[in-house]
Amino acid sequence: MMSSRLTPFFATLVIFALAYAVCVFQFPNMASTRVAGNLLTDNAFLGIAAVGMTFVILSGGIDLSVGAVIAFTGVLISVLVSWYGVHPLAAFAIALAVSTAFGAAMGAAIHYLEVPAFIVTLAGMFLARGMAFVIATDSIPINHAFYSAVQKMYVLMPGGGRLTLIGGLMLAVFAAGIVIAHYTRFGSYVYAIGGNRQSAELMGVPVARTTIGIYALSGFLSGLAGVVFSLYTSAGYSLATVGVELDAIAAVVIGGTLLTGGVGLVAGTFFGVVIQGLIQTYIVFDGTLSSWWTKIVVGILLFAFIALQRLLVLAGDRGAANRKTA
Amino acid sequence: MGETDALLSAHDISKSFFGFKALEHVDFSVRRGEIHALLGENGAGKSTLIKVLTGVHRPDAGTIVLNGEPVDVRDPLHAQKLGVGTVYQEVNLLPNLSVAENLYIGRQPKRFGLTHAGAMNRMARALLAQYDIDIDVKAPLASFSVAVQQLVAIARAVDMSGSVLILDEPTASLDRHEVQLLFSVMRKLRERGLGIVFITHFLDQVYAVADRITVLRNGRLVGTRDRAALPRMELVSMMLGRALEAVTEHGHRAPPAAGTAPAIEFSAYGLSRSVAPFDLAIAPGEVVGIAGLLGSGRTETARLMFGIDHADSGKATVDGKAVRITSPREAVRLGFGLCPEDRKADGIIGDLSVRENIALALQARRGWLKRMSSREQAELADRFVKALDIRTTDIEKPVKLLSGGNQQKVILARWLATEPRLLILDEPTRGIDVGAHAEIIQLINRLCAEGLALVVISSEIEEIMAYSTRVRVLRDREHICDLTGAEISTGTIMRTIAASEGAGA
Repeated sequence: MMSSRLTPFFATLVIFALAYAVCVFQFPNMASTRVAGNLLTDNAFLGIAAVGMTFVILSGGIDLSVGAVIAFTGVLISVLVSWYGVHPLAAFAIALAVSTAFGAAMGAAIHYLEVPAFIVTLAGMFLARGMAFVIATDSIPINHAFYSAVQKMYVLMPGGGRLTLIGGLMLAVFAAGIVIAHYTRFGSYVYAIGGNRQSAELMGVPVARTTIGIYALSGFLSGLAGVVFSLYTSAGYSLATVGVELDAIAAVVIGGTLLTGGVGLVAGTFFGVVIQGLIQTYIVFDGTLSSWWTKIVVGILLFAFIALQRLLVLAGDRGAANRKTA
Repeated sequence: MGETDALLSAHDISKSFFGFKALEHVDFSVRRGEIHALLGENGAGKSTLIKVLTGVHRPDAGTIVLNGEPVDVRDPLHAQKLGVGTVYQEVNLLPNLSVAENLYIGRQPKRFGLTHAGAMNRMARALLAQYDIDIDVKAPLASFSVAVQQLVAIARAVDMSGSVLILDEPTASLDRHEVQLLFSVMRKLRERGLGIVFITHFLDQVYAVADRITVLRNGRLVGTRDRAALPRMELVSMMLGRALEAVTEHGHRAPPAAGTAPAIEFSAYGLSRSVAPFDLAIAPGEVVGIAGLLGSGRTETARLMFGIDHADSGKATVDGKAVRITSPREAVRLGFGLCPEDRKADGIIGDLSVRENIALALQARRGWLKRMSSREQAELADRFVKALDIRTTDIEKPVKLLSGGNQQKVILARWLATEPRLLILDEPTRGIDVGAHAEIIQLINRLCAEGLALVVISSEIEEIMAYSTRVRVLRDREHICDLTGAEISTGTIMRTIAASEGAGA
């Protein structure tokens, strides 16, 4: 039974290994640490946002505001730095505080108003995107010594690949996510609420605090993804990162987390992100394929995973029936 | 009242909802080291009383005293902290978490500020060992049977609360062996000095474990007695407030006149790994009672006859013509009906009204193109609400708001509307109160007298005796034998089940 719960995760690993093998077979250069380094850098903001999304989905919720919050924080930071001369680190702190509070407010609305997360975060999405437009409609470039310095920071990996600061930050966020999910009470509460909110409440799980915490965490990580995206692009633009929340949801599901909540691993989401990155890299290497193939393959994978999970659930039910009569 | 050795007691409790008096001046107490059965028909106020004791509802009047101190129970968590733990019929644990996490969520042992899974699993194993349960505590709870989940819930409640344990219909989904396991755990906890409140519909179980019995009726206390001083008949009349007529009238019914041709015949009908091939011929006006332990193939037989599962051997004939029952739809076309065991999951559609639920099968049989008008549906529903005495304020009321017994009648009405020739009832009286129980049995007898052929599956032997013209005994997925006429008695049925069990061992 334990194995069947982890089956989607193992399926993710197998698909990752297969995809990687196909890539390396076609383009042997893809096996280099340079490619790996770039993949991590290019997907850092998505990966960080996806960790937050993993907690949200594990709890049985959804957060549609992620892309808009990333864009909003990006615009906020660029305005603070370029127009008001605020030091980037101070701007980051302000942006993170705002995005965390925004997430917490959505969590509170979801819990206390008993409105589905889908609706609340949809409203949050419009709100954050709209606020980004109110601040600035054009793309605002950031020219700051701190940015150039940070962008040059990297660790050289064997084989010449560069693990950039933001790539490393994503890995750190995943590591922290794994610790929170599996080694803290908060993590067990997230799984508990995803399993059955009512039972969790009867068992003494602080549902209000945890729900607010989950969306605050997702808001914080969206803000952090905004910081990373700002470092990555050296600009803030209110039309950026449209639909990133959907990429994040896709990464979570391809990573083996059940959309209905309660079952899944943060580590799975990492591979979900990397698989998407791998497909993009393949398309870049190929050079002739349209980048929309990424969407097509992700769509097929998503469908396959949802079907796989459904089959496992059905098989589990049948198993339970057999046990009962045995 | 005024018992000095009471662990938990409630004095003069009243509670009403929107003018409806759910509890009126009720006294109740649990002593240290006793199993106290709380009985009453549905709506008697059992669950309201439990909810008051556990802080789900605040009483309008009255006091709750715990260990000699008056307490004000704020919510279930507060009750838990005060020492009152509750385990419900539907296990309220988290199926996706491991057994150990379910036992210790929110109080996991910590090391270096992080939860310490190794220590938690060791604690869980040690805790369950007290109940002689040896399972993989790291596996998700959902991978274990309901009985084990129930015991995990009890272990958790006792570990967290440790003085009063309330078991709300814990045996409803357990088989006989599992019930025994639960009882041995309850006895062990009684020896440890816990006070246990046990709510159940099964009188056998009350007499098997309870020390004292409290009966509620219509929100009032009927009385609290020692089990030893309360004969079964008296208990039943305390619960009903009247003497039992229909149910006590034991003994077999006369089989239909000899020579009535069987309407429906199954010969060597079976499905491997489900039910061994069986022969069964059912004549109009006959009630075949199916007796056997849970898992003996009773429900499987019904599923096969109704085409939910497909037989891989044998043949079926209706009026001498060979038929193939390949789907429930086909079975309905042949004039069969099935009231399934799990009424909530497979039978009623809770959000639809009484009218819609009754019209459902007839509409399906007619085909969707010939839609029944609302007026036609209403007439149909009105007719059956009267005929079966379905107690509802309105035929537009959602079925989920009706009591269990009335829901069962709605399902019966649905099938009767199709004018079936064979009706299969799987546990028609499960989870419904004693009064409705008797009505359902009377209804079965009436339908049979009207010439319907019935197959009724039940775990309650006395009930089977009350309506069957013939009793089919099942064991280990095989049809063992038929009992007819004078052979139908509790003793014979029990002996047949038991003897064949022995022979099979």
